[in-house]
Amino acid sequence: MLQKNEDNERQRSFSRRALLLGGAQSLLLAGLAGRMYYLQVIEADRYKTLAEDNRINLRLLPPPRGRIVDRFGLPLASNRQNFRVVLVREHAGDVEMVLKALSQIIDLDDHDYKRVLREVSRKRGFVPVTVRENLTWDEVSRVEVNGPELPGVTIEMGQIRDYPFADSMAHVLGYVAAVAERDLTGEPLLELPGFRIGKNGIEQKYDLALRGSAGTSQIEVNAYGRVIRELSRDEGKRGDELVLTIDGGLQTFTHQRLMAEQSAAAVVMDVENGDVLAMASVPSFDPNAFNIGLTVKQWNDLLNDQLHPLTNKALAGLYAPGSTFKMVVALAALKSGIRSDHKVFCPGHMTLGRSRFHCWKRHGHGWVDMHDAIKHSCDVYFYDVSRKVGVDNIAAMANHFGLGQEVGIDLFGERAGVVPTRDWKLANVGESWQGGETLITAIGQGFVLTTPLQLATMTARLAGGRQVIPRLSRGVRAGAGPTEAGGVAPPDFPPLDVPLEHLRVVRDGMDAVSNHPRGTAYRARIEEEGLELAGKTGTAQVRRISMAERAAGVTKNEQLPWRRRDHALFVSFAPVHKPRYCCAVVVEHGGGGSAVAAPIARDILLETQRRDPSGRRSLPIIAPAQIAERG
Amino acid sequence: MPADAFLSTRNPEMTLRQKVWQLNWGMVLLLCLVVAVGIAMLFSAANGSMEPWASRQLMRFGLGAVIMFAAALIDIRLWFRFAYLFYFGSLLLLGAVEVMGDIGMGAQRWIDFGVVRLQPSELMKVALILALARYFHGISGEEVGRPTFLLLPIGLVLAPAALVLKQPDLGTAGMLLLAAGAMFFCAGVRWWKFALVIVAGLAVMPVAWQFLHDYQKDRVLTFLNPENDPLGAGYHTLQAMIGFGSGAVTGKGFMQGTQSHLNFLPEKQTDFIFTMLAEEFGLVGSLTLLGLYCLLLAYGFAIAFRARNQFARLLALGLTTNLFLYVFINMSMVMGIFPVVGVPLPLVSYGGTVLLTVMASMGLVMSCYIHRDIRISRRGTPGA
Repeated sequence: MLQKNEDNERQRSFSRRALLLGGAQSLLLAGLAGRMYYLQVIEADRYKTLAEDNRINLRLLPPPRGRIVDRFGLPLASNRQNFRVVLVREHAGDVEMVLKALSQIIDLDDHDYKRVLREVSRKRGFVPVTVRENLTWDEVSRVEVNGPELPGVTIEMGQIRDYPFADSMAHVLGYVAAVAERDLTGEPLLELPGFRIGKNGIEQKYDLALRGSAGTSQIEVNAYGRVIRELSRDEGKRGDELVLTIDGGLQTFTHQRLMAEQSAAAVVMDVENGDVLAMASVPSFDPNAFNIGLTVKQWNDLLNDQLHPLTNKALAGLYAPGSTFKMVVALAALKSGIRSDHKVFCPGHMTLGRSRFHCWKRHGHGWVDMHDAIKHSCDVYFYDVSRKVGVDNIAAMANHFGLGQEVGIDLFGERAGVVPTRDWKLANVGESWQGGETLITAIGQGFVLTTPLQLATMTARLAGGRQVIPRLSRGVRAGAGPTEAGGVAPPDFPPLDVPLEHLRVVRDGMDAVSNHPRGTAYRARIEEEGLELAGKTGTAQVRRISMAERAAGVTKNEQLPWRRRDHALFVSFAPVHKPRYCCAVVVEHGGGGSAVAAPIARDILLETQRRDPSGRRSLPIIAPAQIAERG
Repeated sequence: MPADAFLSTRNPEMTLRQKVWQLNWGMVLLLCLVVAVGIAMLFSAANGSMEPWASRQLMRFGLGAVIMFAAALIDIRLWFRFAYLFYFGSLLLLGAVEVMGDIGMGAQRWIDFGVVRLQPSELMKVALILALARYFHGISGEEVGRPTFLLLPIGLVLAPAALVLKQPDLGTAGMLLLAAGAMFFCAGVRWWKFALVIVAGLAVMPVAWQFLHDYQKDRVLTFLNPENDPLGAGYHTLQAMIGFGSGAVTGKGFMQGTQSHLNFLPEKQTDFIFTMLAEEFGLVGSLTLLGLYCLLLAYGFAIAFRARNQFARLLALGLTTNLFLYVFINMSMVMGIFPVVGVPLPLVSYGGTVLLTVMASMGLVMSCYIHRDIRISRRGTPGA
C-alpha cells in the first residue's frame, strides 16, 4: 500500500507540474497566434507592398526614334529593322557546338566568337546574348530554317538608325551612338543597354524631340531575376518626326558637285526666311557606320584625316573672306557718307607709310567708282575708302550682316569667326591697331575670319534686305501622317538697318560681276533668261607674297603645293532682279574664286532655281521642335 | 501484497481487437488532417505537381501509419523493457554519423542506409524520452529529490546532446535539452535546481558563443536584427516574413503565393513550408493549422494525465512536449521571432525521418492511452 500511496503522491505532483507545463505551452502558442495576427493583419499592407516590390520589375521600352524628313517629306533619317541572332545558354546546352553550327550558316568572325563565349560565361543562363547584329534577310531565313539544329538560338528584331543619304547628309544630320558616361542625366532611358542618342548635327540638337518618351512594361520576375510573365505594358510615345528646311534632292546635288574638290563647303539659303536648303561639306563620312560601330582604326582614320571629314566646314571652317568682304566695306562707306559715284584712281598699288599695298591687277584699274570696284574687285578702291571709313565702322557693318559672331543656326559647333576692331586687337593681340591693317581688312584678309554659313547669311541679308537667321528645322509633325490643321508661321525677320538704295548699289555691282562681260565671274554666269545670278568672287591668300616674288612674277596657284594654294570663295544670289536664293561656296586651296568657286555656285544656284524648293508646297508643320538642353 | 495489486484492476491483457477499439481515432484523424495540409502544400511547392515531393511524402505517410499503429498496439511494457536498448542503439547510430555520415548542408546529419537516409538525431529525440521515462519511473519521489539520482539522467541527456551539437545541429540539441528539461520538471525535480541550471547556462553563454560556427553566429545576429543585411544572412528571415505578412487574412490562394513560387522563399518545401501556407491561405490558414496542432497537443496532455503509471505519463508528456517544441520553434523561426535553426514543421515539412519519427511518437502516445491502466513495477516486471 505504501507504494500505491507514493504512486498517488507522484501522480499528483506530476499533474500539478504537467498543468504548469501545459499552461506555459498554451501561453507560448497564444503568443504565436498573436504574432500571426501582427504579421498578417496589422503589418499585412507593408508586407504586401514588399512582396509586390520583390516580384514586379519595371522594364523600360525604348521608344522608336522620330524620323527626320526633308521639307517635302523625303526621309533623311529613319529606323530600319535590325535582325540580330541571340543565344540563350540554358536552351543551347553546348554553347560551343551551337556556335560552330551557327558559323556554318552565317558569317561569324573570331572576334564575335570569343566575345559570345565570354559573355555567355558571365551572364546568367537565361539572359540572351547577342551573337551578331544586322543580319540580312537571307541570313535570317537561313537561321530560321535551321532552327531545329540550333537550340537556344533565336532571331530578335531591334531598330537601327538608317541614313539613306549616307555621307551627303552626314554633317547636317550627325549620327546616333551609344550613350557615353558624360551624357547620363539620370534619365533612366539613357541607361538602357543599346540605347542610342544623337551625337552630332540635327540628331544631337533635337535629340529630346526625336527621342520620344519611354514606355514601360511591368514584368513579374522570380528571385533570380528571370522573367515569368508580362503584367502590363505601356508603349510610350514615339519620337516626333522632324521636318527640315533641307531639300534632299538639292542637298545631294550640292554634295555631288563639291565632291569634285578635295575639301570644300557650300550653303544654299532662302534669302526671305533663312531656310537652309542645302548645306554640304566634303570630304564627309557615312553616319550609318556609327550605328553598327566603328573599329578603333576606322575611328582614328576619320579623326586623323588631314581633310577633317568629321568637321562640318560650312559652320566650323574658318576662312578669310577675301574679296567677298568688299560688299560690307562698300555699305560701310555708303553709310559714312561716301557717294557711290566717288572715284578712286587705281595704279595697281597704294602706298601707306613705308608699305606698298598691291591691287590683284598688277597694272591697275585706272579710275573706278564703287560699281566698277565691285565688278572688277579693285583692291585699291577699297584700300582708299577703308581709310576714310575706319575699321570700327566696317566691323559694325560686318556684324550687322552676321559676320564675326555665331549666326544662330540650330546646330551645335558653329564658330564665331573674327571681325577685327581696334579694341579687339588690343584685347586679343595686345597691340594697338596699325593703319595698314585697316587696308588689309577691307579686302577680307588679315585678321578677318568667316565661315561659309556666315557668308551665306551675309549674302541672304544683302539680297533679301532682312536680318534673316538660317535655320534647319521647320518643326515637327506628330505621328507619321501629314496634318492640315494649324501650321507654324514662317519666321518674320526685321528689315536691315541699311537704306535700300545702298543695297541696290552693291547688288548692281554683284550683277555686273556675273553678267557684265568684264565682270570677274562673267564666265560663270547663268545664261537662262530670268535665272541669272549675281555674285562676288573671293580669293583668300593663305601665304604672304614677298617683294622678291612679286618682282619675279607671282607664282601661279597650280604650281604651288596644295596646302599653300589660295582658298577660292564665291557668294551669290539669284534670280538677280528678284532674289530668292543665295549660295556661298568655299573651296579650300582651290585657287581663284572666279575659276573654281564660281562655277560650282552657278551650278548649284541653277539647280536650286530649277527645283525651286521654296516655291513648291512643302509639308505642313504642327509645332516647333523641342531643342535638346545639352550644349 | 497481492500480486494483482501491481496490475490493473481492469483486465490488463487486452486482445488485439480490444486494443484497436481503444485506439484514439480522434487523434488519428487530426494527424491525417495535418499531414493532408502538408501534402497539399508540397503539391503547391512543386507548382501543382505531385512530383517530386508530395507523392513521396504520401508514401512515407503510408509507411508512417503502419509504424504508428504498430507502436500504438505494442504493449507498453515492451516499450518499457526495450527503452534503454533503443536509447543506446540510437546513441550508437548518432556516433556512427560522426564517422560515416553524409555531408548535408554543411553539417553531418544523415546516415545512408541505401533505401532510407536516416537522421539518427530525430530517432534520438524519441529514444531519449523513452529512456528518461523509464529512469524516472524506476525511482521514487524521494529519490528524485536527491542529486545523486539525477546524475545518470543528466548523462543520458548530455551524451546525445553533445554529439548532435558537434554535427553541428543547434536546433536538435536545443530540443533534446528542452524536452528532457520538461520531463525532469514533471518527474518532480526541485525548482531550485532548474534555477541553478538556468543561471549556470547564462553564465556559460559568452563562452559557448566562441564555439559557435560563423553561420550559427550569423543566424543569431540576424535574428536579432533581420533587416540589417537584407541580401545576406537576413535574407531568409526577411523573405519569410514578407511571404507570411503578405498573405494577410485570406491569403493569395492555393498555388498563388508569389514569394514561394518565384523562389524568394528559401527551403519552401522543408523548414519554411509554414510561410508558404500562410502566404497562400492567410491568417485563416495559419490559425487553422495552429489550431490542429493545439488539439493534437491537448490530446497528448490528456493522455498523460489519464495514464496510471509514471512511465506512460512521462512518455506521453515528453513526446507531446517534443511535438510542441517542433511546432513552436519552427513557427516562431519562420515568423522572425526565433533564429533560423533548421527545425522542420512536424508532419508538414518534406522529410522522411521527421515524419516517421513523429508518427511513431504519436503511436507511442496512443500506446500510452491504450495501456493507460496497466501498472508497471519499478523494475519493469509486471507483477510478481
